[in-house]
Amino acid sequence: MTDATLAEGPTRPQSTLRRLLRRKLAILGMGIIATVTLGAIFAPWIAPFAPQEQMFDGLTLEGAPMPPGEKFWLGTDLLGRDLFSRILYGARTSLIIGVVANGLALIIGTLIGVAAGYFRGWIGAVLMRFTDLMMAFPALLLAICLAAIFTPSLWIVAMVIALVNWVQTARVVYTETSALAEREFVAAEKTLGAGTARILFRHILPHLVPMIIVWGTLGISTTVLLEATLSYLGVGVQPPTPSWGNIIFENQTYFQAAPWLVFIPGAAILALALSFNLVGDALRDVLDPTQRGRE
Amino acid sequence: MLAYLIRRLIQAALILLGVSFITFFLLFVLPADPVRQIAGRSATPETVANIRHQLGLDQPFVVQYWRYLTGLFQGDMGRSYLQKTEVATLITARLPATLLLMLGAIVAELVMGLTLGVVAAIRRGGALDQSLMITSFVAVSAPQFVVGLLLLYVFAVKLSWFPIGGYGSFSNLVLPALTLGIMGSGWYSRMMRSSMIDVLRSDYIRTARAKGLRRFRVLALHAMPNAILPIIAMIGIDIGIFMSGIVVVESVFGWPGIGQLAWQAIQRVDIPIIMGVTLVSACAIVVGNLLADLITPFIDPRIKLR
Repeated sequence: MTDATLAEGPTRPQSTLRRLLRRKLAILGMGIIATVTLGAIFAPWIAPFAPQEQMFDGLTLEGAPMPPGEKFWLGTDLLGRDLFSRILYGARTSLIIGVVANGLALIIGTLIGVAAGYFRGWIGAVLMRFTDLMMAFPALLLAICLAAIFTPSLWIVAMVIALVNWVQTARVVYTETSALAEREFVAAEKTLGAGTARILFRHILPHLVPMIIVWGTLGISTTVLLEATLSYLGVGVQPPTPSWGNIIFENQTYFQAAPWLVFIPGAAILALALSFNLVGDALRDVLDPTQRGRE
Repeated sequence: MLAYLIRRLIQAALILLGVSFITFFLLFVLPADPVRQIAGRSATPETVANIRHQLGLDQPFVVQYWRYLTGLFQGDMGRSYLQKTEVATLITARLPATLLLMLGAIVAELVMGLTLGVVAAIRRGGALDQSLMITSFVAVSAPQFVVGLLLLYVFAVKLSWFPIGGYGSFSNLVLPALTLGIMGSGWYSRMMRSSMIDVLRSDYIRTARAKGLRRFRVLALHAMPNAILPIIAMIGIDIGIFMSGIVVVESVFGWPGIGQLAWQAIQRVDIPIIMGVTLVSACAIVVGNLLADLITPFIDPRIKLR
């Protein structure tokens, strides 16, 4: 809905997708995201075992975890649980947190950014100083402190990540909004007697949509990584609920003997974060006309 | 310039004050009780009340915060609850290790990032360029603890080229510095690539080539210095990103820096240490951002600071 894309007429949503599908890396990313999403949704039907079930034959005679094999495709963990099933259920954790936490962060960031950019004067000043303040916090330390304050559950972790991650969005939305507020069409609307709400929702927000889509996609990648890191440190999603991060947390003491317990969930985290980065980057090229032609 | 600097310093001081307030408040409402941690499980209620009183934790929030703040202005960051040592002493003892790690990471990310970026720019559009850009995406998407454990597994456990943990010699530094630097190398390679492409398009490069200078000479002496300049300022921003990374990297490698100090303090609810490390990190972030802004006009005289 930016000026450049408006010119292309009403087929815009289609053409965005079509342009996206012309990029191999974006297809790769969307493919991985689709696979992970399907795996997460249909986990109860796909998973060969229950994720919490400690199998009597899940450990070797010496009590060590089983390496990947015929019965346990990706091996078993220290407690004799099937790693493949836990990874599938862990995908739910990653995706739920990725979408919820990032959605919250986007909403907070957009509201603060738009308010600060549109309302000059003290509201804008206070909001942006607060954003600067949040930028000065070491993100991970803040998240760990917050997670330690509230006993972490899935939703608490999502909230903590949102509270830490909205800052970047607020800054870009602020810059964009304050530039838009100066433009002639906004002045024209004001002259015609449009109210603040009308200007914000009918004129400013639609211009921000492409940027929010891009930042929203890239942000899921950051969120997935942050959730994994918190869970790896033991202050994120708590066992026995599986998360790719806490699978590594639970098994890392044994990682020299059973490296698959660390590197398979690690590869899953990397793949998901990478996909959202690839798709977000492609979306930026497609949606943001100022970036076009740079590559 | 001076007015700008003064204004930025005042801003920085206010930001740090805000950070101290928010952190203090968060730790005040913490449900985990530090006194329980100190007194132990078998302590009588009198002992608990006694310790609480000694530490001033029975005072209202405003009094406690004021006390902390006035102490801070006198250079007193308080005492660790559990180690009975001055927080300032603990942090200064750990700081060199963290600084060394960060320095190593900066060298690692610059060497990897700039090299990959230049190569990709020269081979722009080719297969090598594409695979390098995919590599840079992988680098920024890789969780640091997985990278750390992978490097440990391959280079320390399997190949035994480097020690598994420890601190003190160059070989101890290599793996943690690489781990901390990998994410940055991804960003730097992308920035260097586009910066280099912009420079290679410019007229003076064409002139240099037209004069008959060798391609390598043009690249190394004419193009690269100009392409690197806009990237230098980013090092200041990196400090802030490293402040999060050190908690993970130091705990994977057992590196005795302030990241580990903070992590242990959080687990033991040792509030003065958490406060101290958060403030030191916030200082580093603020100073890093300020430096990044101050360097910019020296690099590009067209930019004026206002």
